[in-house]
Amino acid sequence: MNDIIEHNSNKVIIAENLTKKFGHFTAVDHISFEVERGEIFGFLGANGAGKTTAMRMLSGLSIPTGGKGIVAGYDIGTQTELVKKNIGYMSQKFSLYDDLKVLENIELFGGIYGMKDKEIKEKTDKLMQVLDFESERNKLVGSLPLGFKQKLAFSVSIFHNPQVVFLDEPTGGVDPITRRQFWELIYDATSRGITVFVTTHYMDEAEYCNRVSIMVDGKIEALDSPRNLKNQFKANSMDEVFQQLARKATRIDS
Amino acid sequence: MDKGNKVLPSAIHCVSVSKSYGETEALKDVTFDVTDGEIFGIIGPDGAGKTTLFRILATLILADSGISAIDGFDVVKDYKEIRKRVGYMPGRFSLYQDLTVEENLKFFATVFNTTIEENYELVKDIYQQIEPFKNRRAGKLSGGMKQKLALSCALIHKPSVLFLDEPTTGVDPVSRKEFWGMLKNLKKQGITILVSTPYMDEAGLCDRIALIQNGQFLKIDSPANIVKQYETKLWAVKSDNMYKLLTDLRANELSKNCFAFGDKHHVSVDNAQLTVDSLNSYLQQKGHTNIEIREIEPTIEDCFMQLSLK
Repeated sequence: MNDIIEHNSNKVIIAENLTKKFGHFTAVDHISFEVERGEIFGFLGANGAGKTTAMRMLSGLSIPTGGKGIVAGYDIGTQTELVKKNIGYMSQKFSLYDDLKVLENIELFGGIYGMKDKEIKEKTDKLMQVLDFESERNKLVGSLPLGFKQKLAFSVSIFHNPQVVFLDEPTGGVDPITRRQFWELIYDATSRGITVFVTTHYMDEAEYCNRVSIMVDGKIEALDSPRNLKNQFKANSMDEVFQQLARKATRIDS
Repeated sequence: MDKGNKVLPSAIHCVSVSKSYGETEALKDVTFDVTDGEIFGIIGPDGAGKTTLFRILATLILADSGISAIDGFDVVKDYKEIRKRVGYMPGRFSLYQDLTVEENLKFFATVFNTTIEENYELVKDIYQQIEPFKNRRAGKLSGGMKQKLALSCALIHKPSVLFLDEPTTGVDPVSRKEFWGMLKNLKKQGITILVSTPYMDEAGLCDRIALIQNGQFLKIDSPANIVKQYETKLWAVKSDNMYKLLTDLRANELSKNCFAFGDKHHVSVDNAQLTVDSLNSYLQQKGHTNIEIREIEPTIEDCFMQLSLK
């Protein structure tokens, strides 16, 4: 591909006036931001603010009706397949196949992303060691506790070494200790240069992000480091920042 | 259950309730009582057994052993009586997606031999918020509106006990606060509420809570008492490099019980040898700048973690 845009750039995500309309309804309304390589970028907003629609556009699943977006060097309007190849995705709702074994899930996803058998095998051995999961490799994923499933799902979503991984409420319902171990995996991934784009309803997790954006009614109303946001809104916690901003929402479905 | 014993039965009464699915023990020997008019929270992660407990109490499945009663009525023998007096909002949206908002509410009222008009006062505050959309199909509602409709449907027959299984899961922090406001108003009307949540920060809004993990209650008490029973001191620690700080704290034998907590790390201090000064100089040696160490009161989440690590 010779039309890779800004491949060597340190900007892994660029959104310029990104917009999505469904009929007369503007779900995402001219949002603009950039995410640096290796950054943990928190994407917050009330239910119905437009987060999911924006995330679907950034991961090549939905074509914008306006504006421009570059993810991992590719245009999200015209190069959706290349976007998908270079990103990882994990959500709380769907992560792995319950009726496949741990190993089979890894082989399946590695294969889909075009990894060689040898590479899959080597990386699997290493992963099982890191997660301390040797004895579980032949167990059905459905039989594992939720917390472990989520850690495994995250590891699988970055198995093909994507430039950026999108995490949609990855820790919902997970116990407090596993939730924190999950974030330690995120830190580890960013230390290897993977960029993390994450949504969450846990406001303490917003504090773990390098920068946080807060969407209200389809627009980005605030974007900065947690520290600067707390100063700007004279708040003690990200929860207070969120409450101040999200209460301004006028859309009826929040 | 001996009805002669019905002087002042608890709203909810459970003794040694256990339930297994194959080899998985979903509930192990759960015992608790909820008094009339209480908001009682079942706090714990997914898979802890919360839904199984609700299904037993709502007379939808049978426990393997143990006794459960609602308002003095046994969940096995008197299940018909219980179904008249409880309202149940399951974790998954279970209304009729192809009926409108109003049709759903009417349907539930009719099933319980009542009308919307008869009990309108009870659901008014909640239902009014979605009434402008009463002709919209339930399947077309947003998450927040579905939640309000489900709560209205669970209330329309004026239950004495309300079961809410994870009503706020996946709901944003603003809508969550709003929902808890609605529960407070229902409590004022004398309804007993058993509510489960994986969000530990909601525990403080309950009169009493049970912390649950792996099918067992770790503790039952008021949120304030649970915080008081935290067994060690707790420090909040901060520096300019939070990730390195976590690794360095864990590497120190005296401060290894450490977890990230928003913009601080929480260290539980169970050894008198660890002092603020000694930790400060240890962290300085490791090259940390702008170090801040403060003793703090634990949150319910700190308590949950301490109990679940035992």
